[in-house]
Amino acid sequence: MLVIIDYGVGNVRSVINAFRYIGSHITVSCDPAVIRKTRGLILPGVGASGYAMHRLSPIADVIREQADSGKPLIGICVGFQLLFDQTHEMGTHRCLGLIKGEVVAIPQDLGLAIPHMGWNYVEIPSEMRLMQGLVPGRHFAFANSFYAQVSDPAAKTASAEYGVSITAAIEKGNIFGCQFHPEKSGADGLHVLRNFVKICHQELPPC
Amino acid sequence: MLTKRIIPCLDVKDNRVVKGVNFLNLRDAGDAVELGARYSDEGADELVFLDITATIRSKKTIVELVERVAQKVFIPFTVGGGISSADEIGLLLRSGADKCSINTAAVANPALLTESAQRFGAQCVVLAIDARRSATHDGHWQVCVKAGSQPTDLDVVEWAMKAEKLGAGEILLTSMDTDGTQSGYDIELTRSVAEAVGIPVIASGGAGTLESLAEVLEKGKADAVLAASIFHYGTYTIKQTKDYLKHRGIPVRPID
Repeated sequence: MLVIIDYGVGNVRSVINAFRYIGSHITVSCDPAVIRKTRGLILPGVGASGYAMHRLSPIADVIREQADSGKPLIGICVGFQLLFDQTHEMGTHRCLGLIKGEVVAIPQDLGLAIPHMGWNYVEIPSEMRLMQGLVPGRHFAFANSFYAQVSDPAAKTASAEYGVSITAAIEKGNIFGCQFHPEKSGADGLHVLRNFVKICHQELPPC
Repeated sequence: MLTKRIIPCLDVKDNRVVKGVNFLNLRDAGDAVELGARYSDEGADELVFLDITATIRSKKTIVELVERVAQKVFIPFTVGGGISSADEIGLLLRSGADKCSINTAAVANPALLTESAQRFGAQCVVLAIDARRSATHDGHWQVCVKAGSQPTDLDVVEWAMKAEKLGAGEILLTSMDTDGTQSGYDIELTRSVAEAVGIPVIASGGAGTLESLAEVLEKGKADAVLAASIFHYGTYTIKQTKDYLKHRGIPVRPID
């Protein structure tokens, strides 16, 4: 069983639907007892990351504790942005600090439309477990005005070019994340979620 | 590289897809969920569902439709038609929609754009504009509301710029002059808006030949094209459309 952490930020419905569609056994909760019992954590989120972190703060320590214990965790979109040290969206806010880096605005002077909206080509390094089995040349669905600048040498990243190099996906040990929406990126997105489910079942003995 | 999006539009009435000519004369084009899923499988980049009845009764129906679509379709989709409050947007997003388009309610109450963007993020707030070429001012367009039936004093380009400042994350720009005619998009209108704002612009109204789609992406500077009839009635498949655009050197997401 995996848990989708519902902390009152945006559309968890699509994430639930996608995991159900791929046949994964999931529950939706923000109860620390449930979070501790499951084999993997899914942290979704849309909207402003500062506000999202504010909403997440009552259970932030539980998530850090579970991540430190080696339990697989995937952050999606704003949930992904919360994995880093801090975000600069609507002020500066401390985040979970699981991966070194910060979330900054995509520069407005590039002559590109903001939000970064739609399907962007993603360069995938072969050693990422999260992206395993995807042939080169894949596109994923983005909807973001901020992006993560990663400064963690232990993290592997996939990137999307949009005037700047946008961190599209990341993994560092048991911590995973996607700036794009895997639940909205068609068959390739569902493939990424299947990879995560597989990792959850490999990482830990049965509970 | 970000690709240009191809977006089939599904005008929905009682769960059926219908398509009118110049906002009238509705023809049946199939079940909304099935058609949406088919377009997703065929390689559409996004979908737009517009509740064209937008009555109190239809609001319940559209929430159920959104729930059903979200269980079957794993690409982004927008829902619109008669949305009048941030609470309604919240309900539709929770039901599985990725974005909501607002038209008449935003004209009546522009603060709705700000409230929605603050609550849900600008990326899910789409301002829909129905534009009609001004009879008196050359190179200007008038904003129309209530499904195009009521002209306002608002200038389309000025309204688009104001809406961006207020919090809209995207503009769905429909030319009422070309909508349903298959005579090509209003390139001048699209370019005027796309050059005036920094948010993505979806061109709508008038999709006909594949050439017309390429033109509004190239000359009209649109970020995405919306089309209904050419897809519903099988004039072109999504694949034919993308093959053509790719051949023209326009970046599109390839179809497997």
